[in-house]
Amino acid sequence: MKDQHLVTMRVNGREHELVIESRKTLADVLRQDLGLTGTHLGCEHGICGACTVLMDGEPIRACLVFGVQADGRELRTVESLADGDELNDLQQAFSKHHGLQCGFCTPGFLMLGEAYLSTNPEPDRDEVREVVSANLCRCTGYQGIVDAVCEVAEKRKVSRG
Amino acid sequence: MKPASFEYHRAHDVAEVVELLVELGDDAKIIAGGQSLAPMMNFRLARPSALVDVNPVSGLDYIRREGDLLRIGAMTRHRDVEISRDPEVHDGFAVLPRAARWIGHYPIRCRGTVGGSMAHSDPTAEWCLLALLHDASVVVQGPRGQRTVPVAEWFTGFLTTSGEYDEMVVETQFARPRAYGALTEYARRRGDFAISAVGVAFDKVDNRLTDVSVVLGGVAGVPVRATEAEAMLEGSPATPETWVAASRNAAASVNPPSDLNGDGDYRRQLVETLMQRAFVEALAEGARR
Repeated sequence: MKDQHLVTMRVNGREHELVIESRKTLADVLRQDLGLTGTHLGCEHGICGACTVLMDGEPIRACLVFGVQADGRELRTVESLADGDELNDLQQAFSKHHGLQCGFCTPGFLMLGEAYLSTNPEPDRDEVREVVSANLCRCTGYQGIVDAVCEVAEKRKVSRG
Repeated sequence: MKPASFEYHRAHDVAEVVELLVELGDDAKIIAGGQSLAPMMNFRLARPSALVDVNPVSGLDYIRREGDLLRIGAMTRHRDVEISRDPEVHDGFAVLPRAARWIGHYPIRCRGTVGGSMAHSDPTAEWCLLALLHDASVVVQGPRGQRTVPVAEWFTGFLTTSGEYDEMVVETQFARPRAYGALTEYARRRGDFAISAVGVAFDKVDNRLTDVSVVLGGVAGVPVRATEAEAMLEGSPATPETWVAASRNAAASVNPPSDLNGDGDYRRQLVETLMQRAFVEALAEGARR
């Protein structure tokens, strides 16, 4: 028999009420139940980081959290970044610095970067390198990703004054 | 892959956790951070019939100093220790926040818990090595009440502890504060489980090493103490000659298993190199305080 639960979660500012089976990972809930397919699934065992999303502001691997565990939590996925067709600063920086090629890993890197910059607004380059080691990118060699995150950190610092 | 089906239960305090564990039997598992259990379930290496989610349990995320003990609540996330600036942590246990940086990656450290790591007891896990390095005790609570288990009796084999199925790890108590300490390891990719790891902790009196402990990871099914090397180091001058000789001894004292990450001989050589690095790092970091 299926073990189903009624859960509520706030995703990208919208409240959702869902009935989900306990074995379903949060990544599958986001993709299949909410249609938020920007969250990508690579390895499904916590190595690649492609499914990184924010839960209550903290970066998590959505393949290592079950959907039922997100009950009552606040989630943010890559879909929350752009404003309509207007990409946010981090997305623009990824584009400018060639921080992506095939794009599969990009949603995970963007959410990882967002999480880190929100709690550590003035990282040095070595810290950024350590942080992005959490996720796998097989196209870029990471250089462009590090450049993009560092540039955004710098720009946000200036705009904060 | 996707996990097999299971029954999901949520607990809000330790008593409820224990109640559920008793009721559900030995096929149920506690899920805390889930950074080891969830991958094992996704691979179907683990197929628990039920999960008891302890994330809603409050009051178990703390780092408290009491005399020579540093008590860390089971639900304390790795990241909380890593970024701790608390002088009561740094005085005598500074190796803990520094070593926490070796644990997985940033998102894993935000989610994974100290208690979960002790319960999972991977022989290369940083918390398991640090616990042995600091003569820690694991506090567990079950239907028969609480008991405190010295770490030497906690690890009973690969991913196996002396904890019972109906008990929950509630705290780890680190003892023996010392001025110098370091944990260093080697893995092929950043954040992977170490192929070999070495932890050292000691004090220094008149430039001689005292109260030395040395732990090795990745060389057996459980973390091990290099007792002979410790005896060689005790009271010896704090010079490279001392730890080079002791590192050679520690490496020779183990007979590590071979697997696709490295054969036993390679692991032994890593132990020798890593132990020397650990002494260099410990002395440099200790001097900075």
